[in-house]
Amino acid sequence: MTLILFVEQCLNGVQLGLMLFLLAAGLTLVFGIMDMINLAHGSLYMIGAYLAATVIEATGSFLLGAGAAMIGTGLIGAALEVSLFRQLYRRSHLNQVLATFALILIANETVRMIWGAQPILLNMPEALAGPVEPVEGFRYPAYRLAVIAVGAAVALLLYVMVVHTRLGMRVRAGASDRDMANVMGVDTRRLFTLVFAIGAGLCALAGAMLGPILAVQVGMGENILILAFVVIVIGGIGSIRGALVGALLVGLIDTAGRAFLPGLLRHVFPPTIASEAGPALASILIYVLMASVLYFRPRGLFPARG
Amino acid sequence: MSAPSLAISGLSKRFGGVVAVDAVELQLQSGELHALIGPNGAGKTTLVQLLSGAERVDAGSIHLDGRDITHVAMHQRAGLGLGRSYQISSVFAAFSVLDNLALAAQARARRRWGCWAPVAADAVLFAAARGTLDAIGLSARAETPAGALAHGERRQLELGLALASGASMLLLDEPMAGMAAAEAERMLALIASLRGKFTILLVEHDMDAVFRLADRITVLVYGRVIATGGAEDIRRHPDVRRAYLGEDQP
Amino acid sequence: MTSALHVSARPGFALAGAILLLVLPLGLLAVDQPFYIVLASRILVFALIASSLNLLIGYGGMISFGHAAFVGIGAYTVAGLMQAGIVSAWLAWPIAMLAGAVLALGIGWISLRTSGVYFIMITLAFAQMAYYAIISLKLLGGDDGLSLGGRSALLPGIDLKADLSFYYVALACFAASLAFLHRLINAELGRALQGVRDNETRMEALGFPTYRIKLAAFIIAGALAGLGGALLANLTGLVSPSLLHWTQSGALMIMVILGGAGRLLGGAIGAAVLLIIEEVLRDYTIHWQLGVGVVLLAIVLFAPSGLAGGLAGLRQRRQA
Ligand SMILES: Nc1ncnc2c1ncn2[C@@H]1O[C@H](COP(=O)(O)OP(=O)(O)O)[C@@H](O)[C@H]1O
Ligand SMILES: [Mg+2]
Repeated sequence: MTLILFVEQCLNGVQLGLMLFLLAAGLTLVFGIMDMINLAHGSLYMIGAYLAATVIEATGSFLLGAGAAMIGTGLIGAALEVSLFRQLYRRSHLNQVLATFALILIANETVRMIWGAQPILLNMPEALAGPVEPVEGFRYPAYRLAVIAVGAAVALLLYVMVVHTRLGMRVRAGASDRDMANVMGVDTRRLFTLVFAIGAGLCALAGAMLGPILAVQVGMGENILILAFVVIVIGGIGSIRGALVGALLVGLIDTAGRAFLPGLLRHVFPPTIASEAGPALASILIYVLMASVLYFRPRGLFPARG
Repeated sequence: MSAPSLAISGLSKRFGGVVAVDAVELQLQSGELHALIGPNGAGKTTLVQLLSGAERVDAGSIHLDGRDITHVAMHQRAGLGLGRSYQISSVFAAFSVLDNLALAAQARARRRWGCWAPVAADAVLFAAARGTLDAIGLSARAETPAGALAHGERRQLELGLALASGASMLLLDEPMAGMAAAEAERMLALIASLRGKFTILLVEHDMDAVFRLADRITVLVYGRVIATGGAEDIRRHPDVRRAYLGEDQP
Repeated sequence: MTSALHVSARPGFALAGAILLLVLPLGLLAVDQPFYIVLASRILVFALIASSLNLLIGYGGMISFGHAAFVGIGAYTVAGLMQAGIVSAWLAWPIAMLAGAVLALGIGWISLRTSGVYFIMITLAFAQMAYYAIISLKLLGGDDGLSLGGRSALLPGIDLKADLSFYYVALACFAASLAFLHRLINAELGRALQGVRDNETRMEALGFPTYRIKLAAFIIAGALAGLGGALLANLTGLVSPSLLHWTQSGALMIMVILGGAGRLLGGAIGAAVLLIIEEVLRDYTIHWQLGVGVVLLAIVLFAPSGLAGGLAGLRQRRQA
């Protein structure tokens, strides 16, 4: 019984972690290469979820919806990069914060104008709606399993791309030393539009896949954005490996904390205290993790810059 | 304020595979002007970083007037009288020259926590700052933002900050770097005027200047001290001629 | 002006501002728009809070992304004390400031060991901890927050429940805080702080304990934000976790950047402009946030040093 619960929570944690990785991957590269704080990254996630919901509603195909959301959001990302972000790279962090905060307001309101203020429904594919029973006595939602599979595949693909291909080498060169990359003749302008578009597409994928589990609503990007920042700061800004490790850590610790911490506390403290402190502690666990990582390793677990 | 002495023993620092400072032994007597020379990359700046507390030492010890300061924090070393200048000018670019010096004078007076009385109205403090301003020959530039100074002037201010901060020992990292000949000459005269009042470690490239000015000279090559002595000893020292002057042995 | 570091007060300007703010509510009453007195009070409170953040961002170079935590703890302190029967402003507000200061000491103690974007992120992390801690504490009302039975008691005869009296109290707090900040930045600590902002290593080499200087500023800003939170709780009569949400910290940062970081009136101008833009647009359309976003974006692109910076630039150009 407890073993089953444990496995189930671990799977949930991995699932959250992989989705966070999809969000964090683009964010950490943008941050690492261009030294750009993009608060509006979460808005791309929101836009992706809305696009997916709309296309799925129209076509009835989840795959089509997710694909369209990725392409659409990727294009929006590229357009934003070319029209706005380019002007911000050389600006101060303060200016970047102000501009991308403004973008959040604009994105939220635009979405509200188009889709209305009520949360909208994003249904999971019917084939995956039920639970599966991979082992006798252990049932797990098929959809969540699929999310894990897709998340793992994309994460692997991305990892291989960044670590082992020419394109990835250029991206990493840019992340660890922008001027050097320029000297080496990497066309950072085009490279960057591409990285940005891919990052946006991954946001959309996460949005589409999390849509049926969480709510698709205005402002959905804000809280998950902070989680993505936690991930990349823990992992080390600019490091894809760091983002992956950080995302899984955050996913597992957050999930496990919520599932098990209140129970654990009940063994130690009187029930009144445990029932107050348990949820509080569980929800701040990842921030405690982040603060401790920064305290001991002020540049994260895998610093990208020498 | 008597000029302090400095004793460096077995001091080492490595960066990855590079041993930048390698078991350096060095004694600076009170009031001495000691020159530190050596080719580029010899570890001179690193040594200054270690002495001022900007970098952690890997091994060895530093004693200031007999007191072990090896692990004392940078700002506390400054409080003990250790002042430094930087090879690459490090001034407060947004502040006027006078304000730069006033800040240093504030450090000297150990005044940090006042929340009410305006510093600008403090005649004593600004008199001290103006004194240094005159001494470094920047009186005409008092109101100029330090960021707008010419390179040579910035070097003067760089030294001025160390002077105004009330240091009794000066670690000067190539104060004449990049200066035009006339400017360098003036800087040299300024440093000469400090001799005896301060204990000075002068990192310098210009051999002529060093031989004219220094009481003693230490030669650093690949992080190691290869010779210490008076100008004549150093000039004649075969290892120095070979390593530093790039001379081949006949 | 003898030195660039010294921010000289322009007595005429200050007097004009003071008179304007003193007669403003009377004018509003005269034209029968008492609602705007509440808005004006709100602006004053946020002007105070944003000015405290400006001390960190503008004068100390510490881009804190968690300022809402200090506002929140100040607000919750007042609400909690009121529930416990302590209604005196003379007791509750200083305790709120103390709470802000103590929280700032704790957060600053750890955060100030990092720098750059990591500092931004670690302050954010701590503010999130405060946010989720408050949400999960049922003692403090959890998600719903606490509603204050009334407003704090100041003096017999002054009834803070009257919007007019509250306005003047908020004005007094803002003016006192601004005057204090003005003295501070021209005093030893303020100049040292600006030195640290400009060149921390050099400050250390000169003998300044830079870490402690930054921590001192952080604590002062925390205390002032705590006072702002106390006022805010009184103004709205309700404290809720949304006070501590990261978008609140973001909005405070926006005010500072908008008004001009490192300018004495930067926080106040930013607070006034942002809140007025919101109010005006809200009257026109339910999609007012879109307008706010567009205006902010335009300001970044066309007045990157903030409005106060832009104004000062104009003045200099005219004088030149
Ligand atoms: N922060 C550092 N990180 C890595 N290597 C360094 C660092 N500082 C100096 N070095 C290396 O240490 C050696 C000594 O440098 P430095 O002290 O600057 O020499 P000098 O001042 O005599 O020219 C050089 O090889 C340099 O590359
Ligand atoms: Mg050097």
